Amino acid sequence: MAILSKDEAQALLKKVLSYSTADECAVGLDGRTTGNIRYARNSVSTAGASDTVSLSVESRFGKRSGIATCNEFDEATLRRCVQRAEEIARLAPESPEYMPLLGPQTYLNPPSAAATLLTPATRAQAAADSIGLCAAKNLTAAGFLDGGARFSALRNSKGLESYQQSTSTDFSVTVRTADGRGSGYAISDATDPSKLNFKSLTQRAADKAASSVMAKAIEPGKYTVILEPAALMAGDDLSLLGGLVYNMGAREADEGRSFLTKKGGGNRKGEKLFDERVNIYSDPLNADVPGNAFDGEGLPTKRMSWVEKGVVKNMFYSRFWAQKNNVAPTAFPSSFIMTGGTQSTAELIKSTAKGILVTRLWYIREVDPQTLLYTGLTRDGTFYIENGAIKFPIKNMRFNESPIIMLNNVEAIGRPQRLANCLVPPLKIRDFTFTSLSDAV
Amino acid sequence: MNRRDFVGLAGLGAGALLLPNFPSLGADLVDPARLLEPGLDIAQKKRLADVALNAAKSAGASYADVRIQRTLNQGIFTREKQVQNIGSTETMGVGIRVIANGTWGFAATNQLTDAGIAKAAQQAVAIAKANSKVQKEPVQLAPQRGYGDVSWKTPIQQNALEVPIKQKVDLLLNANAVALDNGASFVNSALFQINEQKYFASTDGSYIDQDIHRIYPNFGVTVVDRASGKFRSRQSLSQPMGLGYEYLTPKAADKIAGPAGSDVIGYKNSYDILEDAASAAKQTKQKLTCKSVTPGKYDLVLDPGHLGLTIHESVGHPLELDRVLGYEANYAGTSFATLEWKAKNLPYGSKQVNIVADKLQPGSLGAVGYDDEGVKTKEWDLIKAGKLVDYEKIRDQAHIVGQKESDGCCYSQSWQDVQFQRMPNVSLRPGTAKMSVDDLVKGVDKGIYIAGNGSFSIDQQRYNFQFGGQVFYAIEKGKITEMLEDVAYQANTQEFWGACAGSCDASDYRLFGAFNDGKGQPSQSSAVSHGSATTRFNGVNVINTARKIG
Repeated sequence: MAILSKDEAQALLKKVLSYSTADECAVGLDGRTTGNIRYARNSVSTAGASDTVSLSVESRFGKRSGIATCNEFDEATLRRCVQRAEEIARLAPESPEYMPLLGPQTYLNPPSAAATLLTPATRAQAAADSIGLCAAKNLTAAGFLDGGARFSALRNSKGLESYQQSTSTDFSVTVRTADGRGSGYAISDATDPSKLNFKSLTQRAADKAASSVMAKAIEPGKYTVILEPAALMAGDDLSLLGGLVYNMGAREADEGRSFLTKKGGGNRKGEKLFDERVNIYSDPLNADVPGNAFDGEGLPTKRMSWVEKGVVKNMFYSRFWAQKNNVAPTAFPSSFIMTGGTQSTAELIKSTAKGILVTRLWYIREVDPQTLLYTGLTRDGTFYIENGAIKFPIKNMRFNESPIIMLNNVEAIGRPQRLANCLVPPLKIRDFTFTSLSDAV
Repeated sequence: MNRRDFVGLAGLGAGALLLPNFPSLGADLVDPARLLEPGLDIAQKKRLADVALNAAKSAGASYADVRIQRTLNQGIFTREKQVQNIGSTETMGVGIRVIANGTWGFAATNQLTDAGIAKAAQQAVAIAKANSKVQKEPVQLAPQRGYGDVSWKTPIQQNALEVPIKQKVDLLLNANAVALDNGASFVNSALFQINEQKYFASTDGSYIDQDIHRIYPNFGVTVVDRASGKFRSRQSLSQPMGLGYEYLTPKAADKIAGPAGSDVIGYKNSYDILEDAASAAKQTKQKLTCKSVTPGKYDLVLDPGHLGLTIHESVGHPLELDRVLGYEANYAGTSFATLEWKAKNLPYGSKQVNIVADKLQPGSLGAVGYDDEGVKTKEWDLIKAGKLVDYEKIRDQAHIVGQKESDGCCYSQSWQDVQFQRMPNVSLRPGTAKMSVDDLVKGVDKGIYIAGNGSFSIDQQRYNFQFGGQVFYAIEKGKITEMLEDVAYQANTQEFWGACAGSCDASDYRLFGAFNDGKGQPSQSSAVSHGSATTRFNGVNVINTARKIG
């Protein structure tokens, strides 16, 4: 039931729309079939699965809007859901930011979803393989494998129709040495789970764990760092690159409360804020990180450049803010791509005289929204580099750094890899600011 | 909410996207009047619970528990003079947890029929049996007697969900108006209200009916100086509480002034949102032009509305036994306070540090009668005179530390998520000698007074942390002298608590609340409170967080 075909979804939405007595009505279906397995201490701790489909109905009378949802689809429930949305709308205050519903739109067709997904048995096998590899080396694994399929469909009284199916699977594993003195991490995600190699990812984490024992303390300060993709982007927490792109809203900047606010008023679109090698864009058609074809209102996504040669090329405009400023609105993309070169992380290390390799950054929080200053810590594999080679593991450190400063201090950009449904290259950055040592392993 | 959930919500229409941090995923948006309708009556719940327990036992479970839960949420969101969104949600279903072949299994359903519930129970047993093949050690549950038919209710005076929406909207818009009148450029305000109607039954013979309420009013004020391009913000000094709407009727007795010269007012069991909105706007204007801190060592005087988060991160989390044992290694992390570390009897803090865990304090977010595995809640010591004496644990962990009973720390955010070990309320006991906040400041030669919680970050084993705040005041020779900006302090957990030089007395004691504490994969949210009186820490490293960007 959870994954409806385009025809099934649109037929259901059409029926729901026919119950509407509102001035405008938008209906949507969102469904997913997902499953996960979690393990720790070399044993499975929890496993779960869920199948859900939810219908949302937004009814509007003039500038008043109400939303109701339900997850049962018999006729009585559907009618009640529409009725509830209309009752809520009648009681709602008028929205001063009302925008009429969109009419018919043309959508791109992102690469299709994977045909075969993991099952409870293949998830259990992946966990068993990961655990087995670690147990054999007297290491301890903790991991999480989660994924499945989803669909999203919209239809409204102005004639808009949209539908998209997608699949994704996420895997992450932390491997620790038995004495707790070494820890390593690996993470990856894929549209097609057959592209994930659980054993080799576990091996990478295991190697980092084994080589990070006996870490030495070095003095905090400014260092050249090689930030691996997991130190730049995270699917489930704030990250240096994620924090930057999610803060590119035009409204906040125009209102004077963003790092993109211009002194004296307005925003900094068109200004060069970063090194000229920095390019960040989104493209729903990218085969490696296919994106959503439309946003929650049915606005089509398209290829958009956000930072081009270090210049802020575009900012996010909601439909309301776009109209107010007489510009085109921007659908928020589901993935970002930072372009890079061809060098692997190993090659970036080779060209480094003195520096630090950072596997992962953790517990990142904003310290100052004015400068996008963030703090956080290294974790699960931090190493000192000298004369083009890793010399020894070092103790973790806290950083206080802004991604704006970071992207001005670019030494080299490596080959992008998929992470959190984005393409992120490893970056070599000079003068990255560490402010204190941590005893955490 | 993670990024993927955010993207997933796109299908729920534009309105849903306006509900920041609002736990609506998986819940239905409903008419507010629906929140006042009673759920299933208790006899129906008991009958359905027995269906689940019997089906689980028949399928081979040696233990089973069932939670029939209805969760009601309402969020009201405004900015300046307008309402942005009002959302009322309801979700109801059944979660069944079993032990079969010595292994946990869990399944949930929103089909509240005998057949639907029995099927979920059988599924839970099937999952347990499948996972038992990779299980190393069988689950050992601390014994728990059945309580029969019992009930518990958050001792609220007025159910916030029964207050007309217009009254709540007017209060938020009035607070916004007060902030704007006092110089705010922008103000966002919100009111969250949650009611968990939880029915728990287990094969131990407990049938527990609980009605749990939480409320959280809050706002953020921003002042912009267009000419310089500079902006500063201040968040409300309210706390999320385990209270009803009475929290929003201010009482003079609940207001506690900060040190003389600070212009800070803290709140106990009731909150004056209009007073705080005025104060926030004035303080934010001051923040634009006040002195930037000189980095160095300072004695810190920390308000309970700030210190609560430091307690949460540096004591509450490292003493969760599942982290200590490694169950959270891949995400939330482990802990420095390992069993070996505890065995060495190392000091956690100075002799002034007495930290207690509980699930009882009236008004706290963690207060319930029974936890989500049917254990009656209690209070117990974690740190006594600076020494670690105990952890936070649940039934399947007690034997690992040689204990015979659970602490009652088991919680699940919803019927559809499996319950696991979560943090109880963790609080610093106030000083026993009479001491006001002015008395405390009097003894400080060079220090900073901090109120409100700001940016916070701590490593995955809970050694190294950095905290900001909402407002900062310089203390010189025993007196508050001026406001400061760009302040954050960095410390190591043991050193920090080792530098604790004492707290004000119980008259200054207040609760801080963490409304959305995340843990687990998939991540679950829980809410806990942390009590303390204003407390002094000597010689803490303060950094300056100002930067220049091009």
